[in-house]
Amino acid sequence: MRPLAAVAATLPAGSYDSDKMNTERTAPRSQPPRSSRTGGRLADLLFAGAARTAAVLTLLILAAIIVSLVIGAWPAIDKYGLSFLWRSEWDPVRDEYGGLVMIYGTLATSFIALVIAVPVSFGIAVFLTELSPGWLRRPLGTAVELLAAVPSIVYGMWGLLVFGPILATYVQQPLQSAFAGVPVLGALVSGAPVGLGILSAGIILAIMVIPFIASVMRDVFEVTPPLLKESSYALGSTTWEVVWKVVLPYTKTGVIGGIMLGLGRALGETMAVTFVIGNMNQLNSISLFEAANSITSALANEFAEAGEGLHQASLIYLGLVLFFITFVVLSLSKLLLARLARHEGVRT
Amino acid sequence: MSSATTPMSAPLASIAASIDPRKLAQHRRRKATNALALTLALAAMSFGLFWLIWILVETVRLGIGGLTFTIFSEMTPPPQAETGGLANAIFGSMLMVLLATGVATPIGILAGIYLAEYGVKGWLGASTRFINDILLSAPSIVIGLFVYTLIVARFKSFSGYAGVVALALIVIPVVVRTTENMLRLIPNALREAAYALGTPKWKLILSITLKAARAGVVTGVLLALARIAGETAPLLFTALNNQFWNNDLSQPMASLPVTIFKFAMSPYENWKELAWAGVFLITMGVLALNILARVLFRNKN
Amino acid sequence: MTTSLFRKAALGVALLWTGAAMAQDVTGAGASFPAPLYAKWADAYNKATGLKINYQSVGSSAGLRQIRGKTVDFGASDIPLSDADLAKDNLVQFPTVMGGVVPVINVRGLAPGQLRMNGQLLGDIYLGKITKWNDPAIAALNPGVPLPDAAIAVVRRADGSGTTFIFTNYLSKVNTEWKSKVGEGAAVNWPTGAGGKGNEGVAAFVQRLPNSIGYVEYSYAKANKMSHVLLRNQAGNFVAPDDATFKAAAAGAEWQKTFFQILTEQPGKDSWPITGATFIVMHKSQDKPAQATAALKFFDWAFNSGDAMSTELDYVPMPDAVEALVRRQWAEIKDASGKPVALK
Repeated sequence: MRPLAAVAATLPAGSYDSDKMNTERTAPRSQPPRSSRTGGRLADLLFAGAARTAAVLTLLILAAIIVSLVIGAWPAIDKYGLSFLWRSEWDPVRDEYGGLVMIYGTLATSFIALVIAVPVSFGIAVFLTELSPGWLRRPLGTAVELLAAVPSIVYGMWGLLVFGPILATYVQQPLQSAFAGVPVLGALVSGAPVGLGILSAGIILAIMVIPFIASVMRDVFEVTPPLLKESSYALGSTTWEVVWKVVLPYTKTGVIGGIMLGLGRALGETMAVTFVIGNMNQLNSISLFEAANSITSALANEFAEAGEGLHQASLIYLGLVLFFITFVVLSLSKLLLARLARHEGVRT
Repeated sequence: MSSATTPMSAPLASIAASIDPRKLAQHRRRKATNALALTLALAAMSFGLFWLIWILVETVRLGIGGLTFTIFSEMTPPPQAETGGLANAIFGSMLMVLLATGVATPIGILAGIYLAEYGVKGWLGASTRFINDILLSAPSIVIGLFVYTLIVARFKSFSGYAGVVALALIVIPVVVRTTENMLRLIPNALREAAYALGTPKWKLILSITLKAARAGVVTGVLLALARIAGETAPLLFTALNNQFWNNDLSQPMASLPVTIFKFAMSPYENWKELAWAGVFLITMGVLALNILARVLFRNKN
Repeated sequence: MTTSLFRKAALGVALLWTGAAMAQDVTGAGASFPAPLYAKWADAYNKATGLKINYQSVGSSAGLRQIRGKTVDFGASDIPLSDADLAKDNLVQFPTVMGGVVPVINVRGLAPGQLRMNGQLLGDIYLGKITKWNDPAIAALNPGVPLPDAAIAVVRRADGSGTTFIFTNYLSKVNTEWKSKVGEGAAVNWPTGAGGKGNEGVAAFVQRLPNSIGYVEYSYAKANKMSHVLLRNQAGNFVAPDDATFKAAAAGAEWQKTFFQILTEQPGKDSWPITGATFIVMHKSQDKPAQATAALKFFDWAFNSGDAMSTELDYVPMPDAVEALVRRQWAEIKDASGKPVALK
């Protein structure tokens, strides 16, 4: 009787406070019941200690990377401070640097990549979990993951040699003639349509990122308790409504996590971007077709040849800025999740 | 389960006729939304498959021509040589990738377990989770440079060890993220049932929750492995590369991605052929590993 | 899951120990320009002597960084260090081979070697001042040649490289506006043009974009059968790029004074204006004398037996007189006790 009473004592006492119940529902409980487990206690301590050490180790590694980056970038930070973020000069001969062009390129390409990849991945995950016949599920899932197995240099070379010309003929030129003369959109698609630039890089990034987001979404969708879905079906929901209103809210943490995984890949991808982005260190127009540059592309291209001193420090400063961009995006996503969680369980 | 497609019988038809037309319209709209959404899902799947098939066809077309037995038996050749293979690069890559995954996976899984089971609230959990997500999007070249400063410059030598460390640093955040995600999704009922039976916490995590989340965790490890199998930048300044056979991890070590990069960017035909063959090998290797892992770890239920 | 991981790790460790304890290989890193040649030499040397010289191309600046940090046994750079820089880090440098940078075009109707250019024109195109192929300045140099009324698509390098250094060094010498606006270096602030990654990237762009112009190393132009231009050299002749004109450019350099020679815009009626040598950089005082001896033995072998391989890959071997000067300089590389490392 004692163990059961102990378990009962740890359950929330009949409170109907919806907020508390909601956090309890999705957050694993951290404490097992205090029953007598003499031998198991040591193993428990060891295991908990190992897990804690791993977490601390991860934290330390990441902190060490950031510290070493700051040290490496110090000459540039010292000279430019925050103005580095909006200067667009990049002149190795004259030793003048500014990161605006690369920052814009990184943000624009990742944005385009996510805009394309998230809906497509969601569609793929829905297909794999709801629509696909059972025998097809595994092979199709593996096929999607296979996209992640292709080395990034292949994406770069394929983008340059195969995809670029096709994009130029079938997408860029029609877009240019369609939007010619339209004030903002026309400027967005101006420039020589040669298959280079931010749009090209963004699309290739989207293809690279789809397997990450889709696999994670598929996995979290599959772990949804069938009970939730069946209850919804019993009430007469369509498949889509079950997915949109039941599965997605239940798995939203996992889905956002998957998107973060994909975004991480998009922000940090080097090889594929550098082949097709054109590597132009000036920002002459907002066109998506003009050659541009991204942080990782600049790092990869110029680091090997960068002299010691300001050039190298500026490149490392760019790396720091990339970390900062990720930090900002992550904070925004956490805010988003917190807001969504607040609405959980609220009667609509 | 969803909207019925069988024809209605007479009594039902009369009931339907008496239903509020607004409700009928709403019902029809929901059906239409459903159909549209599922069609779009199908379209998305085809979209993804289309790119995959295109890229794979190109890879196979260009790579399979250069695929002979000598790929596995001969070393990387000089330009315009008659013979040559990728043996040293294949060996180096396999060694470094497997070691890196072997080192990083336990750390990542343990950290993920900590984040999901022990440190749900509290400063260590929150900060590790946050910084882990930042590191997820670290450009691999930055990681390579960090390892260069830490290991290569200190020991004054490029080495396979440095390469392994750099690759491991890329794997850890991915595994941590996916492990934590999957563990958090396991319903508490499962845990509480096990506690009710008197299971200690460590046994619960290892034998029950981790087992239930197995598929997702394996996906995470595989995704990370696929990524590092094709990564060039972190190896450039750590393991460098090696023209010759080398199985000493404290010396520069050849790897497939760096070799491919070097060969593909050259004007020599024999090098370019080997580069595409190497690309083919990496893709097929990761695919084979994927399938193998799925078979080994499938949920037998 | 953990047991199979342990098994994998054990296998890996076992493989480590199967490697017989071997003599330390020689490692070098640096410029990408001579990398194919060094690979060929190393392969032949390995077949002849069994010794392994592992050279990897990481870029000239990276190579210099590595040799300064003593993480490699020798560094290689397309950009020679000034005597002052050498003295500062106690280094020596010596040239090994030469090659040329070639402007290539892709204009319909123009055959290889048909278009004539000079440095002023080339600089203006890359400055963005001349934007069309039928510009009067180009037409003045090429009477009777059908030049299309099309925009010039400029292609240059995205990454830093010794090739860019040689090219911009040449432009700085022949175009004053280029010198003041852009200057020379492994990476510069290009006023215009799309950046291709590596020589291959530039070659790919030029081949794909109509009415384009770019610059690549000679071996790339030859291997991809690209359309080259004739350049006016200092003597006023329009020359085509090939081994003979590269050699002619090198002949006039004063190697006996210093190895710091940049072979652009050299005197000589047959000289190709955009020629360059590539250099090896080593420490004067060696912590690992055995490695240094091994490296120098390799280069000695290369000077003696490597000329045929150089020409096969479209590099230009150094003249014998220069090789003799190089060997004399090797006496300056000494170990900790002051004994010259090269056993000659």
